[in-house]
Amino acid sequence: MLIVKNLKVSFGQIDAIKDVSFEVPEGKIVTLIGANGAGKTTTLRAVSGLDKSSGGSVIFKGKNITNMEAHQLVAMGISHVPEGRKIFPTLTVRENLDIAGWTIKDKTIVKHRIEEVFELLPRIKERINQLGGTLSGGEQQMLAVGRAIVTGGDILLLDEPSMGLAPVLVDEIFDKIVAINKRGTTILLVEQNASEALHIADYAYVLEVGYTTISGPAKEIAADPRVREAYLGV
Amino acid sequence: MAELFSLQQIVNGLQLGSIYALIALGYTMVYGIVRLINFAHGDFYMIGAYAAYAAFFLFNAYIAPGNVLVFIVLIVAMLVGAAVAMLSNKFAYKPLRYKPKLSSLVTAIGVSMFIEYFFSAFPPIGPSPRGFPEVLPKVMWTMGSAQVSNYVVIDLVVAAALMTGLTLLVQKSPLGRAMRAVSQDKDAAKLMGINVEGIISFTFLIGGAFAGAAGLLAGLTYPRIMPYMGILPGLKAFIAAVLGGIGNIPGAMLGAYIMGIAETTANAYNSLLGEGIAFVILILVLLVRPTGILGEKTADKI
Ligand SMILES: Nc1ncnc2c1ncn2[C@@H]1O[C@H](COP(=O)(O)OP(=O)(O)OP(=O)(O)O)[C@@H](O)[C@H]1O
Ligand SMILES: [Mg+2]
Repeated sequence: MLIVKNLKVSFGQIDAIKDVSFEVPEGKIVTLIGANGAGKTTTLRAVSGLDKSSGGSVIFKGKNITNMEAHQLVAMGISHVPEGRKIFPTLTVRENLDIAGWTIKDKTIVKHRIEEVFELLPRIKERINQLGGTLSGGEQQMLAVGRAIVTGGDILLLDEPSMGLAPVLVDEIFDKIVAINKRGTTILLVEQNASEALHIADYAYVLEVGYTTISGPAKEIAADPRVREAYLGV
Repeated sequence: MAELFSLQQIVNGLQLGSIYALIALGYTMVYGIVRLINFAHGDFYMIGAYAAYAAFFLFNAYIAPGNVLVFIVLIVAMLVGAAVAMLSNKFAYKPLRYKPKLSSLVTAIGVSMFIEYFFSAFPPIGPSPRGFPEVLPKVMWTMGSAQVSNYVVIDLVVAAALMTGLTLLVQKSPLGRAMRAVSQDKDAAKLMGINVEGIISFTFLIGGAFAGAAGLLAGLTYPRIMPYMGILPGLKAFIAAVLGGIGNIPGAMLGAYIMGIAETTANAYNSLLGEGIAFVILILVLLVRPTGILGEKTADKI
């Protein structure tokens, strides 16, 4: 579904990612793990069009989408829950969800998807008239995922969905990710919490200072001694 | 000396405030959405006045001065103001969008000077002031201690109608919701599928149209137009926007009416004070409440 080849992104003199290649097959969960500053966020932003690449290519559903505009990619089926959630603080929860249906002409579909969000994330429904900025961190994370469900992409890019969450909530959010995947959405997951990510993923790639290094089925990666030492702390 | 705080001063103040409000809204919306103080905005207002002037002579051959002609001339002024604002955005501001803020600010001053000098040098317009035609016959009424003309009514009604429309658009429509989203977080807005540049362009369009409308109202009310007429009202409207809380739409309206009333009141006392009161207000706001009356850190910056 998604093929990234030799991707490179630079900010002025700084090369944020130098040579990143990976594939996300349809219906699977693929995770990118790596230390702080390895280039995980930049990789996702380049895929969704928020950052422009200076080399390499991104192929989505057979089309070359390298450096297309982010809003066009949303319409093509890429949903991205960015690092730091990026909820609209002075829009209500409902407005945050409604606006995620911006590209969808048929508003009954939007309504239907918002109902799905309520079912999957009942906590969001309780907060529907509250301003986005007044939600707790965990609720904001749920809302960010909820918005992506309304956007309704074929692939969902998730940037550290467990960041800043209490352990119970971490389990909850990973359960939701699996549930969304079971509904038919392909998932590309970036995580610091490598053990949980490897647990739910089918495939994994390790990102080190701008390069993809180790890769393979998630179970094998979880058992790899180099990964165990560097990312799993065992 | 005229009486301070008379009904007449209030009427005059509301009339001037209406014109400031229409200009201030453009400043505040553009600031809200791209954090740019568009110093060329006062010139869009000037262009609106000239567009109204041209439209008058174009249509006067077919339509007699009156409310219909005012309406047509208003539409032309708004369309021209909108077009100029969108073009400035496209050619001057958009290429610098993700460059340091100072570049855009300097560019805005450049755009402003370009428009002013171009208009002065352009023979059909030229540097000297022109009388603005009577787009409709003036009628005066006496209301208590005040004299009210149909021009006052037009100024107040046009401003109120446009401001109501804008408020509904921003608060109630999907497009307005998208404008608010873009003003809060451009990356997040893109990820919702919003064409951020399209929304920015639309914001310039509205701001320019409002400035154009203000140009017509000013031409009617203070019937003398010239290429530099936008500088002072532009500055005062900007101060009004700062007074209300830059980026905040109701704030710009409130600030503009306070400014209008303060100016006419000060004018009645001493005309020099009238000219200077805006700057006194600016200094006071910056000292006492730099965020403006309605401005808060978390407020919608649109
Ligand atoms: N806009 C930018 N300008 C300059 N440098 C940047 C920019 N964005 C990212 N970088 C740099 O690129 C590198 C990769 O950053 P990135 O945010 O992709 O890392 P990450 O793997 O997501 O890290 P973390 O786990 O801390 O979120 C870092 O060295 C970062 O400082
Ligand atoms: Mg990151």
